[in-house]
Amino acid sequence: MPFYTHRPMHIGFLRHAGGTAVMGIPLRSRLIALLLGLLVACFAATPPVAASPPTFPHVRQGVPLAFPRDYGAHPGFRTEWWYVTGWLETRDKKPLGFQITFFRSATDHDPSNPSRFAPRQLIIAHAALSDPAAGKLLHDQKSAREGFGLAYAKQGDTDVKLDDWNILRQEDGRYQTSITADNFVVRFSLTPTQPPMLQGDNGFSRKGPHAVQASYYYSEPHLRVAGTVFHNGEEKAVTGTAWLDHEWSSEYLDPDADGWDWVGANLDDGSALMAFQIRGKDGTKVWAYAGLRDANGRFTKFAPEQVNFEPQRTWRSPRTDATYPVGIRIHVGSTVWSLSPLYDDQELDSRQTTGAVYWEGAVTITRDGNPAGRGYFEMTGYVKPLRL
Amino acid sequence: MPVGHKRTLSRWLLLGEWQAHKVQAATAIISIALGVALGYAIHLINAAAFNEFSAAARSLSGQSDLQVRSAQSTFDESIYPLLARHKGVELANPVLEIDAALPGGDEERKRAPLKILGLDIFRASVMAPDLIGIPAEDKLFDILADDAIFLSPAAMEWLEVKQGDLLQLRVGTQPITLRVAGGLARVRAGQRLAVMDVGAAQWRFQRLGQLSRIELKLVRGVDRSAFKTELGQELAARGHFLISETADQEVRVANMSRAYRVNLNMLAMVALFTGAFLVFSTQALSVVRRRHQFALLRVLGFTRSQLLRQILVEGSVLGATGSIAGLMLGYLTAAVALHYFGGDLGGGFFPGIKPSVNFDTSAAMVFFILGLGVTLLGSAVPAWEAANTRPAPALKAGSEDVALAKLARPWPALLCLALGGVLTRLPPIFDLPLFGYLAVALLLIGGIALMPRVSALIFSAISVAASRHGSAATPVLALARLANAPNQASVALGGVLASFTLIVAMAIMVNSFRVSVDDWLKHVLPADLYVRTAVSGDTRGLTPDEKNGIAAVPGILRADFFRSSQLMLDAGRPAVALIARPIDITDPGNTLPLTSDVVPAAQLPMEAIPIWVSEAMVDLYGFTPGKRITLPIAVPAPDFVVAGVWRDYGRQFGAIQMRLKDYQALSGDLKVNDAALWLEAGITPEEVIASLRLFPFGQALEFAEPGQIRALSLNIFDRSFAVTYLLEAVAIIIGLLGVASSFSAQALARRKEFGALRHIGVTQRQILGMLAVEGALLTSLGIMLGFGLGWCISLILVFIVNPQSFHWTMQLALPWKALIAVAIALLLSAALTAVASGRHSVSGSAIRAVREDW
Repeated sequence: MPFYTHRPMHIGFLRHAGGTAVMGIPLRSRLIALLLGLLVACFAATPPVAASPPTFPHVRQGVPLAFPRDYGAHPGFRTEWWYVTGWLETRDKKPLGFQITFFRSATDHDPSNPSRFAPRQLIIAHAALSDPAAGKLLHDQKSAREGFGLAYAKQGDTDVKLDDWNILRQEDGRYQTSITADNFVVRFSLTPTQPPMLQGDNGFSRKGPHAVQASYYYSEPHLRVAGTVFHNGEEKAVTGTAWLDHEWSSEYLDPDADGWDWVGANLDDGSALMAFQIRGKDGTKVWAYAGLRDANGRFTKFAPEQVNFEPQRTWRSPRTDATYPVGIRIHVGSTVWSLSPLYDDQELDSRQTTGAVYWEGAVTITRDGNPAGRGYFEMTGYVKPLRL
Repeated sequence: MPVGHKRTLSRWLLLGEWQAHKVQAATAIISIALGVALGYAIHLINAAAFNEFSAAARSLSGQSDLQVRSAQSTFDESIYPLLARHKGVELANPVLEIDAALPGGDEERKRAPLKILGLDIFRASVMAPDLIGIPAEDKLFDILADDAIFLSPAAMEWLEVKQGDLLQLRVGTQPITLRVAGGLARVRAGQRLAVMDVGAAQWRFQRLGQLSRIELKLVRGVDRSAFKTELGQELAARGHFLISETADQEVRVANMSRAYRVNLNMLAMVALFTGAFLVFSTQALSVVRRRHQFALLRVLGFTRSQLLRQILVEGSVLGATGSIAGLMLGYLTAAVALHYFGGDLGGGFFPGIKPSVNFDTSAAMVFFILGLGVTLLGSAVPAWEAANTRPAPALKAGSEDVALAKLARPWPALLCLALGGVLTRLPPIFDLPLFGYLAVALLLIGGIALMPRVSALIFSAISVAASRHGSAATPVLALARLANAPNQASVALGGVLASFTLIVAMAIMVNSFRVSVDDWLKHVLPADLYVRTAVSGDTRGLTPDEKNGIAAVPGILRADFFRSSQLMLDAGRPAVALIARPIDITDPGNTLPLTSDVVPAAQLPMEAIPIWVSEAMVDLYGFTPGKRITLPIAVPAPDFVVAGVWRDYGRQFGAIQMRLKDYQALSGDLKVNDAALWLEAGITPEEVIASLRLFPFGQALEFAEPGQIRALSLNIFDRSFAVTYLLEAVAIIIGLLGVASSFSAQALARRKEFGALRHIGVTQRQILGMLAVEGALLTSLGIMLGFGLGWCISLILVFIVNPQSFHWTMQLALPWKALIAVAIALLLSAALTAVASGRHSVSGSAIRAVREDW
């Protein structure tokens, strides 16, 4: 069972429930899926008394994405996220990995509630820093309801804020993000070097065997990072390369889905690779996808049967007892990509606070055995629920 | 004499004395035990209730550093983002607190509202994780649902609902239905509390845009008091905000019940004091009785200090036994009282909590030492006297009264009385009438100490008069005895005097209070019928349309509407009540129970709005008549003038009344909570109630006739004084024990006297008659003096202690019937006790009794 069926994540309060929600997995939506699943589950189970819940549109094929509008939020859809991952280098050439995620989730709260506190939209954020010197992830998370200018996801262009965490896309396309976490502070500017990479069919990305299990999805690979990381009492200037995903949807996952593996990699030759597979309860592939764009902008899309994830080496978490295939080989068409982690323990375990447990880490990638670039790899659904 | 022998001897003497006078020893132990038990029990109950109440209050504010609230119960939410973003603030937690009315149900349910906290789960989960609702496993998002409410276990039990049930509540006249979505993570046992989403609460309870408080967690290292000052200045422009620390909140809780708690503790002290007095009388008489024994011991080689020690050891054994028994009894009493009556002893200060008794070791030590200390004090004077007596004269008979003569010096007693009188002129300390209590104690001590003199004077006068008129033998004998051995008489008298004084004082105070409350109720309830939308709770009231509808009902001659709300003027004090109603400025006394402190309408400044304040406002906030003040009911805060002071027995923390039209013009709040209806002649309240019930909101209205309100109020009054009645009963028991112990001690000591009387031809019957007359005479004197002293003390209680603790004045009213009944009962039981204890000593052989005198 995936981690989210054991414990919901993100929202601190949900940990008290320890509930079981068996809804799907967004494709790479990672954690939020869970939230989404919960929403769907609870909605189905209890029609609220005398309330008219909002209805959420399906994701449809053939609707072209329009920028800059689609950089912004789509509050009509159930859920949405901006996900930035990347490799950094300090002045003394030490590598660091980072992950910054902002989720927006629409609730079933009666839209006719005129209160400014009405929890119509929730904003949730995660941030993690992978420092090989520390040997484990530094991470923090926040959540709030949208409102009062304290937390929001604005329409029109990327502008998401949660107290003192935010990401903002400027007119020149550059992103500014600032995160003041419990144990670290990061401030980055992310400068695009390539146009957005529309995943699937021009941004329509299937997640499962049914047509409605889909999202709108584009990536911005090869973002140039400059900024500072403050932790352990010292501020370090860093540079690096990042990958941004922006995805929104109302429904994704197949009920049989149990977890997923996802990778996004900036390759040294300027090309970009994204691949994921959704695993069923028996560990088999329910759905898969890969998209490769070369330096010239030529995009190749791979169908589920062309993408196969093959575990090479596993690492067992001493905390959760979960076994993650941290070394993995991915067959995409005729090419074999191989991933090796920056270090093994990049498991994000926040069961004590939010309940989320997943592996999200910096990896190096080889193409047919030759070093090809660096990326981020995510694995969810490897933790078995601790049911007694 | 060898040391070993002495030890044996002293043990032997001790046991011998107690074996021969079991009753006296037991009486002393019981009275000490009762005093200690009462004091300790009251302390335990108060401490348990107070701790539980403040813990419950604290749990509502979580781990916040500061709380921002406004003078009124809610304020505009626009300052929330301001505070959340404020430099130095790590987290701002918005809270909407609602006291929701419960429709229908029995009286108990109706009286208490359900406290609902509207919380933003994302903020509150950090600030106060205990208050998080726990939804069903498959309905996690109930936590944000617009129809869900989470109840504490005690609230579920109280409301008789469980998870999944629907709960009916009321907002003004509108019913609303919420779904009980689950319990709360962790609340205190017995705490009745509900939690729901703040957005849903604003909507459902018609509080859009309103918050009750914002709790702030400051960034580590920020100076709290500097921040508080700075923020206070910033917020001053936006309205009247109060910034308080969690400690302030505890001060407020403490202030709420402090006067009540101190009063109870003082009563317990009085009981202990009476007990100490009994120990003194037991020990004094015992020493006198054993003068020969002690003189003999001295002759046999006992030194003075050995004798002194012997008597003090006797005293301390009594004191220690009594104190330990008292502590156990007190603990038991506290446990039983908390179990059956809750923590507030009927005072109503600590609703909705379930405190449990906790053996308080340090307090137990204090009460033990107090019990032991007063016993030693009671033994010290007789011990000193016995040790300093020269053995030879003491061996002779008839020297008993001389032994007590030292006690008869009047100066210390007069000094006590004078000092007591002076202390009544002093102001309260920390809002407590400490000098008043001290004055009561001094009057009591002085009065009792003066007793030998007074009784000697009075009885010799009567004795002279009686013998002149040639009265019967028995009364003459009794009078002669009382007039010539005043010191022994006064010791017996002391017990009667002390207890009767206390009874008189308490009875007059309670009666005055009750009569004043009754008169006040008659004054404040002039109408024929009262309508309210919610007995308690701050949920919204009647809209102007609903109000007009009520006023237009046929049969109603006149309808006055009220708007009442809460105003917090000082973060360290409980909120005051603000009542807006029609008041005729030319004759406010017609509506309000005014005291003499009134500014005539003609002298009121034209531009200022008049308000009338309760007596507590004058004491606590200095709102004296004629003073110009501002009240934060609008921004900017308008100017008012205090036009008069009225009596309010309902709210000891203060109340302000103003004209409804002034209030509505200033605040824009057009709703009303209550109405007073005057009916046309020939129309019964039932008819009007029936037509009012026909309104769509009719079911939400509650009706009360003045008689019912009065009965209910007096019922509550009596309940809150239940403890006082208990204390009076204890005082009576202690007093009677005192009479019994003094008389039996004396009767035994006077066996020789009775033997001599028998020899000169006085019959046994006549001796018993003489004892009965002696008892009755002594008790009558005790009663008369006790009445005088009690009356003086009641004046202190009525005119000093009460106004200083509760900030209300009252008129003096004496409960003659009750007092006379108690006096007669005391008189009869004292005479009977005297006879009963005398019978034993008279029954022996006359020859043997006289022979005891070597």
